[in-house]
Amino acid sequence: MRRFELAVVGAGPAGLAAAIEAGSAGVRTVVIDENLKPGGQLFKQIHKFFGSSEHQAGTRGFEIGRRMLSTLSDTGVEVWLDSQVYGLFPGWTLAVNRGDRHEKVQADRVLLATGASENSIPFPGWTLPGVMGAGAAQTMINVHRVLPGSDVVMVGSGNVGLIVSYQLLQAGANVVAVVEAAPKIGGYGVHASKLRRAGVPIYRSHTVLRATGPGRVAEVTIGMLDESWRPVSGSERTFRADTICLAVGLTPLAELAWMAGCEFIHNSRLGGFIPVHNREMETTTAGLFVAGDITGVEEASSAMEEGRLAGLAAASSLGRIGRAEAESRMQRVWDRLCQLREGPFGVHRRQAKDDILRKFEVRAGDCATSEKPAAGKECAG
Amino acid sequence: MATWRIIDHPILGAAPADRTVIIDFDGRPVEAIEGEPIAAALMAAGVASFRTTPVRHEPRGVFCAIGRCTDCVMTVDGVPNVRTCVTPARDGMIVRTQHGLGEWSDSGCGDSN
Ligand SMILES: Cc1cc2nc3c(=O)[nH]c(=O)nc-3n(C[C@H](O)[C@H](O)[C@H](O)COP(=O)(O)OP(=O)(O)OC[C@H]3O[C@@H](n4cnc5c(N)ncnc54)[C@H](O)[C@@H]3O)c2cc1C
Ligand code: FES
Repeated sequence: MRRFELAVVGAGPAGLAAAIEAGSAGVRTVVIDENLKPGGQLFKQIHKFFGSSEHQAGTRGFEIGRRMLSTLSDTGVEVWLDSQVYGLFPGWTLAVNRGDRHEKVQADRVLLATGASENSIPFPGWTLPGVMGAGAAQTMINVHRVLPGSDVVMVGSGNVGLIVSYQLLQAGANVVAVVEAAPKIGGYGVHASKLRRAGVPIYRSHTVLRATGPGRVAEVTIGMLDESWRPVSGSERTFRADTICLAVGLTPLAELAWMAGCEFIHNSRLGGFIPVHNREMETTTAGLFVAGDITGVEEASSAMEEGRLAGLAAASSLGRIGRAEAESRMQRVWDRLCQLREGPFGVHRRQAKDDILRKFEVRAGDCATSEKPAAGKECAG
Repeated sequence: MATWRIIDHPILGAAPADRTVIIDFDGRPVEAIEGEPIAAALMAAGVASFRTTPVRHEPRGVFCAIGRCTDCVMTVDGVPNVRTCVTPARDGMIVRTQHGLGEWSDSGCGDSN
Protein backbone atom coordinates (compact mmCIF):
# COMPACT_ATOMS: atom_id res chain seq x y z
CA MET A 1 0.00 0.00 0.00
CA ARG A 2 1.37 3.41 -1.01
CA ARG A 3 1.10 6.31 1.46
CA PHE A 4 0.58 9.95 0.56
CA GLU A 5 -0.38 13.06 2.48
CA LEU A 6 -2.91 14.08 -0.15
CA ALA A 7 -4.68 11.97 -2.76
CA VAL A 8 -6.44 13.93 -5.51
CA VAL A 9 -9.04 12.00 -7.50
CA GLY A 10 -9.40 13.49 -10.97
CA ALA A 11 -6.77 15.26 -13.09
CA GLY A 12 -9.09 17.87 -14.61
CA PRO A 13 -8.50 21.60 -14.09
CA ALA A 14 -9.69 21.41 -10.46
CA GLY A 15 -7.52 18.45 -9.50
CA LEU A 16 -4.43 19.78 -11.30
CA ALA A 17 -4.76 23.23 -9.71
CA ALA A 18 -5.07 21.66 -6.26
CA ALA A 19 -2.10 19.38 -6.84
CA ILE A 20 0.03 22.33 -7.98
CA GLU A 21 -0.78 24.30 -4.80
CA ALA A 22 -0.29 21.35 -2.48
CA GLY A 23 2.75 19.98 -4.31
CA SER A 24 4.55 23.33 -4.33
CA ALA A 25 3.92 23.63 -0.58
CA GLY A 26 5.74 20.33 -0.14
CA VAL A 27 2.72 18.10 0.43
CA ARG A 28 3.37 14.52 -0.71
CA THR A 29 0.62 14.29 -3.31
CA VAL A 30 -0.71 11.80 -5.82
CA VAL A 31 -3.20 12.67 -8.58
CA ILE A 32 -5.23 9.71 -9.82
CA ASP A 33 -7.22 9.75 -13.07
CA GLU A 34 -8.92 6.99 -15.00
CA ASN A 35 -8.03 8.51 -18.36
CA LEU A 36 -4.91 7.71 -20.32
CA LYS A 37 -4.06 11.41 -20.42
CA PRO A 38 -4.38 14.08 -17.72
CA GLY A 39 -6.39 17.29 -18.14
CA GLY A 40 -10.02 16.16 -17.81
CA GLN A 41 -12.24 18.30 -20.02
CA LEU A 42 -9.56 20.97 -20.48
CA PHE A 43 -7.95 19.56 -23.60
CA LYS A 44 -11.32 19.57 -25.37
CA GLN A 45 -11.65 23.28 -24.83
CA ILE A 46 -10.07 24.99 -27.80
CA HIS A 47 -11.88 28.30 -27.35
CA LYS A 48 -10.42 31.32 -25.60
CA PHE A 49 -11.35 31.77 -21.97
CA PHE A 50 -13.26 34.77 -20.66
CA GLY A 51 -12.71 36.87 -17.58
CA SER A 52 -9.76 38.99 -16.54
CA SER A 53 -6.11 38.36 -17.25
CA GLU A 54 -5.88 36.70 -13.84
CA HIS A 55 -8.20 34.05 -15.26
CA GLN A 56 -5.93 33.64 -18.27
CA ALA A 57 -8.61 35.20 -20.45
CA GLY A 58 -7.76 35.03 -24.12
CA THR A 59 -5.86 31.78 -23.61
CA ARG A 60 -7.32 28.58 -24.99
CA GLY A 61 -8.24 25.73 -22.66
CA PHE A 62 -5.75 23.23 -24.01
CA GLU A 63 -2.92 25.77 -23.70
CA ILE A 64 -3.85 26.32 -20.05
CA GLY A 65 -3.80 22.55 -19.66
CA ARG A 66 -0.30 22.24 -21.10
CA ARG A 67 0.98 24.98 -18.79
CA MET A 68 -0.54 23.32 -15.76
CA LEU A 69 1.02 19.99 -16.62
CA SER A 70 4.45 21.53 -17.01
CA THR A 71 4.10 23.42 -13.69
CA LEU A 72 2.93 20.23 -12.02
CA SER A 73 5.91 18.26 -13.28
CA ASP A 74 8.21 20.62 -11.31
CA THR A 75 6.45 19.91 -8.03
CA GLY A 76 7.27 16.23 -7.68
CA VAL A 77 3.59 15.27 -7.54
CA GLU A 78 2.94 11.72 -8.75
CA VAL A 79 0.33 11.35 -11.50
CA TRP A 80 -1.33 7.97 -11.94
CA LEU A 81 -3.22 7.54 -15.20
CA ASP A 82 -5.45 4.71 -16.41
CA SER A 83 -6.34 4.41 -12.71
CA GLN A 84 -9.93 4.42 -11.54
CA VAL A 85 -10.76 5.05 -7.89
CA TYR A 86 -13.73 2.84 -7.10
CA GLY A 87 -13.72 2.85 -3.33
CA LEU A 88 -13.10 5.35 -0.54
CA PHE A 89 -12.97 4.26 3.09
CA PRO A 90 -12.61 6.35 6.25
CA GLY A 91 -9.15 7.11 7.39
CA TRP A 92 -8.51 7.37 4.19
CA THR A 93 -7.99 4.33 2.04
CA LEU A 94 -8.62 4.52 -1.68
CA ALA A 95 -9.23 1.41 -3.76
CA VAL A 96 -7.78 1.87 -7.23
CA ASN A 97 -7.93 -0.15 -10.44
CA ARG A 98 -4.57 0.78 -11.89
CA GLY A 99 -4.31 -0.60 -15.41
CA ASP A 100 -5.05 -4.26 -14.87
CA ARG A 101 -3.81 -4.27 -11.27
CA HIS A 102 -5.53 -3.43 -8.03
CA GLU A 103 -3.85 -1.06 -5.59
CA LYS A 104 -4.67 0.56 -2.29
CA VAL A 105 -3.60 4.08 -1.43
CA GLN A 106 -3.45 5.49 2.08
CA ALA A 107 -3.80 9.26 2.39
CA ASP A 108 -4.20 11.78 5.23
CA ARG A 109 -6.37 14.05 3.11
CA VAL A 110 -8.45 13.35 0.01
CA LEU A 111 -9.70 15.73 -2.65
CA LEU A 112 -12.49 14.60 -4.95
CA ALA A 113 -12.25 16.50 -8.25
CA THR A 114 -14.13 13.96 -10.34
CA GLY A 115 -16.04 16.42 -12.54
CA ALA A 116 -19.46 15.80 -14.04
CA SER A 117 -21.13 13.52 -16.55
CA GLU A 118 -23.40 14.51 -19.40
CA ASN A 119 -27.17 14.20 -19.16
CA SER A 120 -29.27 12.81 -21.99
CA ILE A 121 -32.92 12.96 -23.00
CA PRO A 122 -34.90 10.09 -24.48
CA PHE A 123 -36.96 10.42 -27.69
CA PRO A 124 -37.90 7.89 -30.37
CA GLY A 125 -34.63 6.98 -32.08
CA TRP A 126 -32.32 8.30 -29.36
CA THR A 127 -30.43 5.02 -29.13
CA LEU A 128 -29.48 5.01 -32.83
CA PRO A 129 -25.79 5.26 -33.64
CA GLY A 130 -25.11 8.90 -34.41
CA VAL A 131 -26.88 10.18 -31.29
CA MET A 132 -24.26 11.17 -28.72
CA GLY A 133 -23.37 13.61 -26.00
CA ALA A 134 -22.07 16.99 -27.15
CA GLY A 135 -19.03 16.29 -25.00
CA ALA A 136 -18.55 13.00 -26.84
CA ALA A 137 -18.47 14.87 -30.15
CA GLN A 138 -16.14 17.47 -28.59
CA THR A 139 -13.77 14.72 -27.46
CA MET A 140 -13.80 13.16 -30.92
CA ILE A 141 -13.13 16.36 -32.87
CA ASN A 142 -10.75 18.21 -30.55
CA VAL A 143 -8.83 15.41 -28.87
CA HIS A 144 -8.91 12.57 -31.41
CA ARG A 145 -9.43 14.76 -34.48
CA VAL A 146 -12.20 12.64 -35.97
CA LEU A 147 -15.58 13.95 -37.15
CA PRO A 148 -18.53 12.01 -35.74
CA GLY A 149 -20.59 12.84 -38.86
CA SER A 150 -21.17 15.45 -41.54
CA ASP A 151 -24.54 17.04 -40.65
CA VAL A 152 -25.27 17.67 -36.99
CA VAL A 153 -28.35 18.72 -35.03
CA MET A 154 -27.39 20.14 -31.63
CA VAL A 155 -29.95 19.79 -28.84
CA GLY A 156 -29.46 22.44 -26.16
CA SER A 157 -28.21 26.03 -26.36
CA GLY A 158 -26.30 26.29 -23.09
CA ASN A 159 -22.62 27.10 -23.34
CA VAL A 160 -21.64 23.51 -24.04
CA GLY A 161 -24.18 23.30 -26.90
CA LEU A 162 -23.13 26.62 -28.41
CA ILE A 163 -19.39 26.11 -28.02
CA VAL A 164 -19.41 22.55 -29.33
CA SER A 165 -21.57 23.63 -32.32
CA TYR A 166 -19.00 26.24 -33.23
CA GLN A 167 -16.16 23.76 -32.74
CA LEU A 168 -17.97 21.29 -35.03
CA LEU A 169 -18.00 24.00 -37.72
CA GLN A 170 -14.29 24.63 -37.14
CA ALA A 171 -13.67 20.90 -37.53
CA GLY A 172 -15.45 20.92 -40.90
CA ALA A 173 -18.92 19.59 -40.06
CA ASN A 174 -22.19 21.24 -41.01
CA VAL A 175 -24.38 22.22 -38.06
CA VAL A 176 -27.91 21.98 -39.43
CA ALA A 177 -29.66 23.48 -36.41
CA VAL A 178 -29.41 24.18 -32.71
CA VAL A 179 -32.62 23.27 -30.91
CA GLU A 180 -33.54 24.82 -27.56
CA ALA A 181 -36.66 23.84 -25.63
CA ALA A 182 -36.74 27.05 -23.58
CA PRO A 183 -37.90 30.34 -25.11
CA LYS A 184 -34.44 31.81 -24.42
CA ILE A 185 -30.94 30.80 -25.44
CA GLY A 186 -29.19 29.28 -22.44
CA GLY A 187 -25.56 30.27 -22.99
CA TYR A 188 -23.57 33.48 -23.50
CA GLY A 189 -24.66 35.88 -26.25
CA VAL A 190 -21.17 35.99 -27.79
CA HIS A 191 -21.21 32.27 -28.47
CA ALA A 192 -24.72 32.44 -29.97
CA SER A 193 -23.78 35.36 -32.24
CA LYS A 194 -20.77 33.52 -33.62
CA LEU A 195 -23.08 30.70 -34.66
CA ARG A 196 -25.65 33.05 -36.16
CA ARG A 197 -22.94 34.80 -38.17
CA ALA A 198 -21.92 31.40 -39.49
CA GLY A 199 -25.51 30.90 -40.65
CA VAL A 200 -26.56 28.27 -38.10
CA PRO A 201 -30.24 28.62 -37.19
CA ILE A 202 -31.14 28.43 -33.49
CA TYR A 203 -34.69 27.18 -32.95
CA ARG A 204 -35.99 28.35 -29.57
CA SER A 205 -39.10 26.77 -28.00
CA HIS A 206 -38.34 23.68 -30.07
CA THR A 207 -37.37 20.15 -29.20
CA VAL A 208 -36.27 17.06 -31.03
CA LEU A 209 -39.27 14.79 -31.62
CA ARG A 210 -37.65 11.78 -33.26
CA ALA A 211 -34.69 10.46 -35.15
CA THR A 212 -34.99 7.80 -37.81
CA GLY A 213 -32.43 5.40 -39.26
CA PRO A 214 -32.00 2.66 -40.14
CA GLY A 215 -28.53 1.70 -38.95
CA ARG A 216 -27.63 5.23 -37.93
CA VAL A 217 -29.39 8.59 -37.76
CA ALA A 218 -30.54 9.71 -41.23
CA GLU A 219 -33.34 12.16 -40.47
CA VAL A 220 -34.22 14.31 -37.48
CA THR A 221 -37.63 15.82 -36.82
CA ILE A 222 -38.02 18.79 -34.51
CA GLY A 223 -41.16 20.61 -33.42
CA MET A 224 -42.28 23.70 -31.56
CA LEU A 225 -43.33 23.63 -27.90
CA ASP A 226 -46.16 25.70 -26.42
CA GLU A 227 -45.98 27.49 -23.06
CA SER A 228 -46.68 24.25 -21.22
CA TRP A 229 -43.88 22.52 -23.18
CA ARG A 230 -46.27 20.40 -25.29
CA PRO A 231 -45.58 19.92 -29.03
CA VAL A 232 -47.56 22.27 -31.29
CA SER A 233 -49.19 20.23 -34.04
CA GLY A 234 -48.25 21.20 -37.58
CA SER A 235 -44.94 22.75 -36.44
CA GLU A 236 -42.79 19.77 -37.38
CA ARG A 237 -39.69 20.20 -39.48
CA THR A 238 -37.47 17.40 -40.73
CA PHE A 239 -33.76 17.71 -41.48
CA ARG A 240 -31.36 15.33 -43.15
CA ALA A 241 -28.66 14.78 -40.52
CA ASP A 242 -26.42 11.88 -39.54
CA THR A 243 -25.58 13.08 -36.04
CA ILE A 244 -27.50 14.42 -33.05
CA CYS A 245 -25.54 15.93 -30.18
CA LEU A 246 -27.19 16.23 -26.78
CA ALA A 247 -26.09 19.21 -24.71
CA VAL A 248 -28.76 19.03 -22.06
CA GLY A 249 -26.82 19.58 -18.91
CA LEU A 250 -24.26 17.93 -16.67
CA THR A 251 -24.58 16.08 -13.37
CA PRO A 252 -21.83 16.20 -10.72
CA LEU A 253 -20.03 12.86 -10.33
CA ALA A 254 -20.21 12.45 -6.58
CA GLU A 255 -20.41 8.69 -5.95
CA LEU A 256 -17.24 8.67 -3.86
CA ALA A 257 -18.59 11.47 -1.66
CA TRP A 258 -21.78 9.46 -1.08
CA MET A 259 -19.63 6.49 -0.19
CA ALA A 260 -17.74 8.57 2.36
CA GLY A 261 -21.00 9.63 4.04
CA CYS A 262 -20.88 13.34 3.16
CA GLU A 263 -24.00 15.41 3.57
CA PHE A 264 -25.56 16.60 0.32
CA ILE A 265 -27.70 19.49 -0.85
CA HIS A 266 -29.83 19.46 -4.00
CA ASN A 267 -29.57 22.33 -6.43
CA SER A 268 -30.94 22.00 -9.94
CA ARG A 269 -29.09 25.08 -11.15
CA LEU A 270 -25.77 23.48 -10.29
CA GLY A 271 -26.67 20.08 -11.74
CA GLY A 272 -28.20 18.03 -8.90
CA PHE A 273 -26.89 16.65 -5.61
CA ILE A 274 -23.77 18.37 -4.33
CA PRO A 275 -21.62 17.53 -1.30
CA VAL A 276 -22.05 20.29 1.31
CA HIS A 277 -18.73 22.04 1.89
CA ASN A 278 -17.26 25.14 3.52
CA ARG A 279 -15.36 28.01 1.94
CA GLU A 280 -12.16 25.96 2.13
CA MET A 281 -13.86 23.22 0.11
CA GLU A 282 -13.87 20.73 3.00
CA THR A 283 -16.97 18.52 3.16
CA THR A 284 -18.95 17.56 6.26
CA THR A 285 -16.58 14.61 6.53
CA ALA A 286 -13.37 16.06 7.99
CA GLY A 287 -10.30 15.64 5.81
CA LEU A 288 -12.32 15.14 2.63
CA PHE A 289 -12.27 18.02 0.16
CA VAL A 290 -14.15 18.66 -3.10
CA ALA A 291 -13.49 21.05 -6.02
CA GLY A 292 -14.67 21.71 -9.55
CA ASP A 293 -17.81 20.37 -11.20
CA ILE A 294 -18.49 17.94 -8.33
CA THR A 295 -19.39 21.01 -6.24
CA GLY A 296 -21.83 22.23 -8.90
CA VAL A 297 -21.28 22.52 -12.63
CA GLU A 298 -19.68 25.83 -13.59
CA GLU A 299 -16.73 26.27 -15.91
CA ALA A 300 -13.05 25.49 -16.09
CA SER A 301 -11.91 28.85 -14.65
CA SER A 302 -13.93 28.43 -11.48
CA ALA A 303 -12.93 24.77 -11.24
CA MET A 304 -9.28 25.83 -11.15
CA GLU A 305 -9.93 28.45 -8.46
CA GLU A 306 -11.77 25.94 -6.31
CA GLY A 307 -8.92 23.51 -6.81
CA ARG A 308 -6.50 26.15 -5.53
CA LEU A 309 -8.67 26.68 -2.45
CA ALA A 310 -8.75 22.97 -1.70
CA GLY A 311 -5.01 22.60 -2.31
CA LEU A 312 -4.20 25.50 0.03
CA ALA A 313 -6.61 24.29 2.69
CA ALA A 314 -5.22 20.77 2.59
CA ALA A 315 -1.63 22.03 2.73
CA SER A 316 -2.51 24.28 5.67
CA SER A 317 -4.28 21.53 7.58
CA LEU A 318 -1.20 19.34 7.09
CA GLY A 319 0.97 22.12 8.55
CA ARG A 320 2.81 22.80 5.28
CA ILE A 321 1.58 26.39 5.00
CA GLY A 322 1.08 28.70 7.97
CA ARG A 323 -2.55 29.43 8.78
CA ALA A 324 -2.26 33.19 8.24
CA GLU A 325 -0.54 32.81 4.89
CA ALA A 326 -3.03 30.20 3.74
CA GLU A 327 -5.92 32.44 4.70
CA SER A 328 -4.61 35.47 2.88
CA ARG A 329 -3.92 33.41 -0.24
CA MET A 330 -7.38 31.85 -0.04
CA GLN A 331 -8.93 35.29 0.25
CA ARG A 332 -7.26 36.30 -3.01
CA VAL A 333 -8.66 33.20 -4.69
CA TRP A 334 -12.11 34.07 -3.32
CA ASP A 335 -11.82 37.58 -4.76
CA ARG A 336 -11.21 36.09 -8.20
CA LEU A 337 -13.99 33.52 -7.77
CA CYS A 338 -16.41 36.31 -6.91
CA GLN A 339 -15.48 38.08 -10.15
CA LEU A 340 -16.28 34.91 -12.06
CA ARG A 341 -19.66 34.73 -10.35
CA GLU A 342 -20.86 38.18 -11.35
CA GLY A 343 -23.18 39.31 -14.11
CA PRO A 344 -26.55 37.97 -15.21
CA PHE A 345 -25.23 34.39 -15.53
CA GLY A 346 -22.80 34.32 -12.64
CA VAL A 347 -25.09 35.77 -10.00
CA HIS A 348 -27.39 32.76 -10.01
CA ARG A 349 -24.47 30.43 -9.59
CA ARG A 350 -23.20 32.59 -6.75
CA GLN A 351 -26.54 32.44 -4.96
CA ALA A 352 -26.65 28.68 -5.39
CA LYS A 353 -23.09 28.41 -4.10
CA ASP A 354 -23.93 30.61 -1.12
CA ASP A 355 -26.73 28.18 -0.20
CA ILE A 356 -24.20 25.37 0.00
CA LEU A 357 -21.89 27.35 2.31
CA ARG A 358 -24.86 28.41 4.44
CA LYS A 359 -25.97 24.83 4.85
CA PHE A 360 -22.50 23.97 6.07
CA GLU A 361 -22.55 26.83 8.59
CA VAL A 362 -25.99 25.92 9.90
CA ARG A 363 -24.85 22.39 10.35
CA ALA A 364 -21.63 23.43 12.11
CA GLY A 365 -23.73 25.68 14.39
CA ASP A 366 -26.07 22.78 15.22
CA CYS A 367 -23.24 20.56 16.14
CA ALA A 368 -21.95 21.69 19.55
CA THR A 369 -18.80 19.59 19.40
CA SER A 370 -17.77 20.91 16.00
CA GLU A 371 -14.49 22.75 15.97
CA LYS A 372 -15.04 24.01 12.45
CA PRO A 373 -14.68 27.75 11.98
CA ALA A 374 -17.78 29.38 10.60
CA ALA A 375 -17.51 30.22 6.94
CA GLY A 376 -16.05 33.67 6.48
CA LYS A 377 -17.05 36.42 4.13
CA GLU A 378 -17.11 35.29 0.51
CA CYS A 379 -18.49 37.67 -2.07
CA ALA A 380 -19.54 41.15 -1.09
CA GLY A 381 -23.03 42.39 -1.92
CA MET B 1 -15.71 11.06 -47.66
CA ALA B 2 -12.93 8.49 -47.50
CA THR B 3 -11.83 9.49 -44.05
CA TRP B 4 -13.52 11.40 -41.27
CA ARG B 5 -10.20 12.54 -39.90
CA ILE B 6 -9.66 16.24 -39.40
CA ILE B 7 -6.50 16.87 -41.38
CA ASP B 8 -6.35 20.65 -41.10
CA HIS B 9 -7.82 22.60 -38.24
CA PRO B 10 -7.99 26.40 -37.92
CA ILE B 11 -6.98 26.28 -34.24
CA LEU B 12 -5.21 22.97 -33.74
CA GLY B 13 -3.23 23.16 -37.00
CA ALA B 14 -2.22 20.26 -39.19
CA ALA B 15 -2.61 16.72 -37.88
CA PRO B 16 0.60 15.43 -36.32
CA ALA B 17 2.33 12.67 -38.25
CA ASP B 18 1.63 9.86 -35.79
CA ARG B 19 2.45 6.22 -36.43
CA THR B 20 -0.39 4.33 -38.07
CA VAL B 21 -1.21 0.69 -37.45
CA ILE B 22 -3.78 -1.71 -38.90
CA ILE B 23 -6.56 -3.27 -36.87
CA ASP B 24 -8.92 -5.98 -38.09
CA PHE B 25 -12.55 -4.91 -37.92
CA ASP B 26 -14.93 -7.79 -38.71
CA GLY B 27 -12.41 -9.18 -41.12
CA ARG B 28 -11.45 -6.00 -42.92
CA PRO B 29 -8.36 -3.90 -42.34
CA VAL B 30 -8.90 -0.47 -40.78
CA GLU B 31 -6.15 2.09 -40.31
CA ALA B 32 -5.68 3.44 -36.79
CA ILE B 33 -3.29 5.90 -35.22
CA GLU B 34 -1.32 3.96 -32.66
CA GLY B 35 -2.68 4.61 -29.19
CA GLU B 36 -5.88 6.38 -30.22
CA PRO B 37 -9.07 4.77 -28.93
CA ILE B 38 -10.37 1.95 -31.12
CA ALA B 39 -13.65 3.91 -31.39
CA ALA B 40 -11.83 6.89 -32.95
CA ALA B 41 -10.27 4.65 -35.59
CA LEU B 42 -13.63 3.07 -36.44
CA MET B 43 -15.36 6.44 -36.54
CA ALA B 44 -12.65 7.74 -38.84
CA ALA B 45 -13.44 4.83 -41.17
CA GLY B 46 -17.12 5.80 -41.14
CA VAL B 47 -18.27 2.95 -38.86
CA ALA B 48 -21.21 4.02 -36.69
CA SER B 49 -22.60 0.75 -35.34
CA PHE B 50 -20.37 -1.07 -32.85
CA ARG B 51 -22.65 -3.69 -31.36
CA THR B 52 -26.24 -4.98 -31.31
CA THR B 53 -28.43 -5.25 -28.22
CA PRO B 54 -29.19 -8.65 -26.63
CA VAL B 55 -32.99 -8.69 -26.98
CA ARG B 56 -34.03 -6.49 -29.87
CA HIS B 57 -30.76 -6.67 -31.80
CA GLU B 58 -30.71 -2.91 -32.31
CA PRO B 59 -27.47 -1.18 -33.32
CA ARG B 60 -25.52 0.96 -30.86
CA GLY B 61 -22.50 3.21 -31.27
CA VAL B 62 -20.44 5.80 -29.42
CA PHE B 63 -22.52 7.77 -26.94
CA CYS B 64 -20.31 9.30 -24.22
CA ALA B 65 -16.79 8.74 -25.64
CA ILE B 66 -15.30 8.81 -22.13
CA GLY B 67 -15.84 5.27 -20.91
CA ARG B 68 -18.99 5.81 -18.84
CA CYS B 69 -22.00 4.51 -20.78
CA THR B 70 -20.72 1.18 -22.21
CA ASP B 71 -22.65 1.71 -25.45
CA CYS B 72 -19.49 1.26 -27.52
CA VAL B 73 -18.46 -2.18 -26.23
CA MET B 74 -17.07 -4.69 -28.69
CA THR B 75 -15.21 -7.98 -28.61
CA VAL B 76 -11.51 -7.15 -28.78
CA ASP B 77 -8.91 -9.90 -29.15
CA GLY B 78 -11.52 -12.40 -28.01
CA VAL B 79 -12.61 -10.46 -24.92
CA PRO B 80 -16.20 -9.18 -24.98
CA ASN B 81 -17.49 -5.95 -23.42
CA VAL B 82 -14.37 -3.89 -24.07
CA ARG B 83 -15.10 -0.13 -24.01
CA THR B 84 -13.61 0.86 -27.35
CA CYS B 85 -13.76 4.60 -26.64
CA VAL B 86 -11.12 4.27 -23.91
CA THR B 87 -9.12 1.30 -25.20
CA PRO B 88 -6.06 2.23 -27.26
CA ALA B 89 -5.66 0.70 -30.70
CA ARG B 90 -2.64 -1.55 -31.19
CA ASP B 91 -1.30 -3.09 -34.36
CA GLY B 92 -3.05 -6.33 -35.33
CA MET B 93 -5.90 -6.02 -32.86
CA ILE B 94 -8.93 -8.15 -33.72
CA VAL B 95 -12.06 -6.05 -33.25
CA ARG B 96 -15.49 -7.64 -33.70
CA THR B 97 -19.00 -6.19 -33.68
CA GLN B 98 -20.48 -7.56 -30.46
CA HIS B 99 -23.87 -9.25 -30.62
CA GLY B 100 -25.74 -9.23 -27.35
CA LEU B 101 -23.52 -10.01 -24.38
CA GLY B 102 -20.78 -11.32 -26.62
CA GLU B 103 -18.82 -14.52 -26.34
CA TRP B 104 -15.38 -15.26 -25.01
CA SER B 105 -13.16 -16.88 -27.56
CA ASP B 106 -10.54 -19.42 -26.49
CA SER B 107 -7.73 -16.98 -27.03
CA GLY B 108 -9.50 -14.38 -24.92
CA CYS B 109 -9.81 -16.27 -21.65
CA GLY B 110 -6.52 -18.15 -21.93
CA ASP B 111 -4.15 -17.14 -19.15
CA SER B 112 -6.05 -14.31 -17.48
CA ASN B 113 -6.07 -16.02 -14.07
C1 LIG C 1 -18.14 17.03 -22.00
C2 LIG C 1 -17.92 18.34 -21.32
C3 LIG C 1 -17.59 19.47 -22.05
C4 LIG C 1 -17.39 20.69 -21.44
N1 LIG C 1 -17.04 21.77 -22.18
C5 LIG C 1 -16.76 22.94 -21.55
C6 LIG C 1 -16.30 24.06 -22.28
O1 LIG C 1 -16.19 23.97 -23.51
N2 LIG C 1 -15.99 25.22 -21.58
C7 LIG C 1 -16.09 25.29 -20.21
O2 LIG C 1 -15.75 26.32 -19.60
N3 LIG C 1 -16.55 24.25 -19.53
C8 LIG C 1 -16.89 23.10 -20.14
N4 LIG C 1 -17.33 22.04 -19.43
C9 LIG C 1 -17.52 22.25 -18.02
C10 LIG C 1 -16.34 21.58 -17.37
O3 LIG C 1 -16.93 20.65 -16.57
C11 LIG C 1 -15.37 22.51 -16.66
O4 LIG C 1 -14.84 23.38 -17.58
C12 LIG C 1 -14.15 21.80 -16.04
O5 LIG C 1 -13.56 20.91 -16.96
C13 LIG C 1 -14.48 21.10 -14.77
O6 LIG C 1 -13.26 20.68 -14.19
P1 LIG C 1 -13.15 19.49 -13.19
O7 LIG C 1 -11.69 19.38 -12.87
O8 LIG C 1 -14.10 19.67 -12.09
O9 LIG C 1 -13.66 18.18 -13.97
P2 LIG C 1 -13.12 17.42 -15.27
O10 LIG C 1 -12.39 18.29 -16.19
O11 LIG C 1 -14.29 16.68 -15.79
O12 LIG C 1 -12.08 16.36 -14.67
C14 LIG C 1 -12.46 15.30 -13.83
C15 LIG C 1 -11.51 14.14 -14.04
O13 LIG C 1 -11.73 13.17 -13.04
C16 LIG C 1 -11.68 11.89 -13.61
N5 LIG C 1 -12.41 10.96 -12.75
C17 LIG C 1 -13.74 11.00 -12.44
N6 LIG C 1 -14.06 10.00 -11.60
C18 LIG C 1 -12.90 9.32 -11.37
C19 LIG C 1 -12.57 8.17 -10.58
N7 LIG C 1 -13.48 7.55 -9.84
N8 LIG C 1 -11.29 7.73 -10.59
C20 LIG C 1 -10.36 8.36 -11.32
N9 LIG C 1 -10.60 9.44 -12.08
C21 LIG C 1 -11.85 9.91 -12.11
C22 LIG C 1 -12.31 12.11 -14.97
O14 LIG C 1 -12.01 11.09 -15.86
C23 LIG C 1 -11.72 13.45 -15.36
O15 LIG C 1 -10.49 13.32 -16.02
C24 LIG C 1 -17.53 20.80 -20.04
C25 LIG C 1 -17.87 19.66 -19.30
C26 LIG C 1 -18.05 18.44 -19.93
C27 LIG C 1 -18.41 17.21 -19.09
S1 FES D 1 -19.10 5.54 -25.66
FE1 FES D 1 -19.69 5.47 -23.62
S2 FES D 1 -18.36 3.95 -22.80
FE2 FES D 1 -17.66 4.21 -24.81
